[in-house]
Amino acid sequence: MLKLRVIPCLDVKDGRVVKGINFTSLRDAGDPVEQAALYDQAGADELTFLDITASSDNRDTILDVVQRTAEKVFLPLTVGGGIRTVQDMRRLLLAGADKCSVNSAAISRPELISEAAEKFGSQCVVVAIDARQTAPGQWEVFSHGGRKPTGIDVLQWAKRAQTLGAGEILLTSMDRDGTGEGFDLGLLKTICNAIQLPVVASGGVGELQHFVDGAKAGATGLLAASIFHFGKFKINDVKQALASANLPVRL
Amino acid sequence: MSLRVAVIDYQGGNLASAARGLELAAVHRQIPVDVQITSCPDDVRRADKIVLPGQGAFADCAAGLANVDGLKASLLEQVAAGTPFLGICVGMQLMAERGLEHGITPGFGWVHGDIAKMDVGSAKLPHMGWNELRFEPGSHQLLEGLKPDDHAYFVHSYALTNGLPDETIATTDYTKDIVAMVAKNNMAGTQFHVEKSQAVGLQILGNFLSWSP
Repeated sequence: MLKLRVIPCLDVKDGRVVKGINFTSLRDAGDPVEQAALYDQAGADELTFLDITASSDNRDTILDVVQRTAEKVFLPLTVGGGIRTVQDMRRLLLAGADKCSVNSAAISRPELISEAAEKFGSQCVVVAIDARQTAPGQWEVFSHGGRKPTGIDVLQWAKRAQTLGAGEILLTSMDRDGTGEGFDLGLLKTICNAIQLPVVASGGVGELQHFVDGAKAGATGLLAASIFHFGKFKINDVKQALASANLPVRL
Repeated sequence: MSLRVAVIDYQGGNLASAARGLELAAVHRQIPVDVQITSCPDDVRRADKIVLPGQGAFADCAAGLANVDGLKASLLEQVAAGTPFLGICVGMQLMAERGLEHGITPGFGWVHGDIAKMDVGSAKLPHMGWNELRFEPGSHQLLEGLKPDDHAYFVHSYALTNGLPDETIATTDYTKDIVAMVAKNNMAGTQFHVEKSQAVGLQILGNFLSWSP
């Protein structure tokens, strides 16, 4: 039976791991390669690097981080943040990434998804969606690290991404990110029920029960950052909690 | 004298992980290796073992391989001459008779069956994540040291259909039995990403390096 994926996310800026509360007030939580190796040993099912080095000057620092990580860690590695072109993706894949997640660039030019899927295969293409609730049962896509409203409906965008050839959706609730209040379950259910692609839930976990709730809402991947970095829970705590709820995990 | 392993490069994608996985597995087994990522037919001819990774669509991979002058010919020659071969993901799928994605594309025809879209009802596609391997312990050298229910990392929407039980050495369950590993004579393939499957993957890569079919 296919297992749920518990995915620690490392926010990387200029080659160092950071994690913000609501995307601001960053704290330094160490060296990405060391952390990746620790997560590997701890039983993570995948790893995600989110490069928040927004300026182009230091963009290549992530390539070095990916390369050094892939030398040590034999675990699927997703990299996102600042990816604008198929060429950007190719450089990351060659450095050792397995999947690339695209966000703002795909919103301004959706063909990026189909071009990448054609060139590297759908399995390499993750579409990251930052969502904010606008009305009951309705969410809007935000771009540029969650700062810019786009007027696009999240459900419509997720469906379009699937049609264009995405292999996975990484769905972040901007309302919940950094709050520790749990995933936005209404958002998750709405998207998971509407598309066939696997959905990774992100934004808001603070308690073990939140992972269980996310899985029950239909997410097959469960992503978190702060609670792992700052040692509140270990990967195995999450898996034990999922297993106790009779959900399938790799122990 | 080092064991020469050719990791065939025909499209880009993540080949570094396969090469590093082979190198690390070799260190664990104390086998001296020279792992080369290459698209040069002469390197393929000189190799003691051949690894063919693959990501994306069957037809694109088949075309990518055919686009490099002499590469496919050298691969077919060496495998016919008995060089041990390991296909990974779409590299494994290419071993089948045909791919049925975007029209019909011929494969190498080394194992029976076609690569067709998985029919999994309302389950998610791609089949993405860790799933258990099912196999008869002791049935094949490549599975040595593994326990049934060890996990491997899968990412695929297409799979081998109408294969022969004799050529299937491991399966996995995703709404039904899915072919996870094939083997015939000196040819073997994994549908899962052996280079992304942590200790289980390194064990299989080590078995491949020690394999003398």
